[in-house]
Amino acid sequence: MKKIANRLLQCVLTMFIVSVLCFTLSKAAPGDPVLTYVEPNMSEEYIENLRESLGLTKPLYEQYFLWLGRVLHGNFGNSLMSKRPVLTQILERLPATIILMGTSMVLGFLIAVFLGLYSGKNKNGILDKITSFMCYVGISIPTFWFGIMLIYLLSVHLHLLPSIGMHSEGDRSFGDLVLHMIMPCAVLTFANASQYIRYLRSSTITEMSSDYVMVQTAYGMKDSDILLRHVLKNAMLPMITVLGMSLQSLVSGAIITEQVFAWPGIGQLAVTAVMQFDYPLIMGITMFTALLVVLGNLLADVLYAVFDPRIRKGSC
Amino acid sequence: MRENIWKNIKIGFRTNKLAVAGLAALILLSLMSIFAFLYPVDPNAISMERLVGPCEAHLFGTDEMGRDYLARCIYGGRASLLVGFLSMILSTLIGVIVGAVSGFMGGIVDAVLMRLVDALMSLPTFLIMIVMNAYLKPGLQNIVLIIGFLTWMNIARIVRGETISLNEREYVVYARISGQKTFSTIVRHILPNIMPTIIVSATMNIASAILMESALSFFGLGIQPPTASWGSMLSNAQKYIQQAPHLAVFPGALILITVISFNYLGEVLRKVFEPK
Repeated sequence: MKKIANRLLQCVLTMFIVSVLCFTLSKAAPGDPVLTYVEPNMSEEYIENLRESLGLTKPLYEQYFLWLGRVLHGNFGNSLMSKRPVLTQILERLPATIILMGTSMVLGFLIAVFLGLYSGKNKNGILDKITSFMCYVGISIPTFWFGIMLIYLLSVHLHLLPSIGMHSEGDRSFGDLVLHMIMPCAVLTFANASQYIRYLRSSTITEMSSDYVMVQTAYGMKDSDILLRHVLKNAMLPMITVLGMSLQSLVSGAIITEQVFAWPGIGQLAVTAVMQFDYPLIMGITMFTALLVVLGNLLADVLYAVFDPRIRKGSC
Repeated sequence: MRENIWKNIKIGFRTNKLAVAGLAALILLSLMSIFAFLYPVDPNAISMERLVGPCEAHLFGTDEMGRDYLARCIYGGRASLLVGFLSMILSTLIGVIVGAVSGFMGGIVDAVLMRLVDALMSLPTFLIMIVMNAYLKPGLQNIVLIIGFLTWMNIARIVRGETISLNEREYVVYARISGQKTFSTIVRHILPNIMPTIIVSATMNIASAILMESALSFFGLGIQPPTASWGSMLSNAQKYIQQAPHLAVFPGALILITVISFNYLGEVLRKVFEPK
């Protein structure tokens, strides 16, 4: 019980740090936010009133709590550029990002289970060596460069796939979406799978050398049975944490990939917001993504406790 | 002891051919960026020969302003490697200090520092980076500060763990009860013993710092023109991918080679230093 309370406190603390960071950054920003509302024929007095009505004349800590209060009610304010509520804009973009991130996470995981188990079992085999090299490439390749190269090869050169966007003009069919998704998804999946495989491979190797595997081999159980029924289960446990931790890098990957492929998700919105100095939008997106990552990590910890009785009972 | 390490490193490299290639590539690239001035072409000189493919006069071709691409790649490597190296030093410094203090002092200091590390680790780092970059003036100095301050957490955690396991050793216990100052105990007795771990994480850290710099510069938020970095060269390359694919191929391949080499090097060192 105390552990759960501690963990929740941790989440609140993280979010507090993020909120202070967001707020400080927005205040430290160059330029006067009021200027975006100003038109040439406005009087000095009117501008001062505007400044006051925007709450910009109050002391900083007061502004912070006012802002935090609004945020907790789901009100992130309006975007400076489009004048539309920040939350609405984020929620509009959310599905596109979730489709992309979700698909590549699941695909990466499936590939990792297959290749990780296989190369852990056949350590130093040919496939293991190839996999290991590809993993190094996967964690070392700049995501955006891989994307550009794919666009060049598959769209510009071979005209196989659409290079940017999520849908073709006037086409909302599922098939069209899949075609648009192949490249961005491949880029993200490659990066994810490389990370996951390294972990799964090493935990498979550890499990393979444990006593229960030896006993089962001695009793004449088939290798594939041992692998799928027992090793997989045990090797999977640390993967929960790895998946949770990878959310953070997945967000980074999504920002870059969305930009390269003009995928209309949150990452692209974030980059546009930064380029246009749209502070409310920037703060909203940062808070929102940080919250998602924190909740994801929390979920991973809860799942770990559910699957591992040692943690649940607190003996470890 | 020292001879033993060199022997192990030799064996480590002998069993990993790719790491040898990586080391060679890194030495070559470092020499190239240090002695960049020996290449007689000005990387910022513009000419009318725009978007020329690789040829005899221009080995890597020219870019959209007719600048020699090989020269830009060499000077770009200088910026990228410099950023990677400097941010590694900064983040390792912060990480080692926080980790060692946290592990050695324990108690409330440890609790506070580690909660902070946990919090920072669950931040979407790259998003924070582009946000911070928009506020600070983009440029070499700020990009080093941003990457350094956002990537020390892993090192801090590892160093803390190692320090805690060293706390039990007799010489550390003796130093503690004989009244030596905290600072000098950490410097004299803890740091020398965790040096191998620090070197390994630092190597891997350069790799990720170079990747981050390239991504930031790709967004136009890092190194600013006319100075080139591999990342910023790629941000222009996407526009001209149809007419001049070589603009994208060279800098990207150079980033990949550099980063993968650092990762292989780190792996070899990890195996060498790891107690069997």
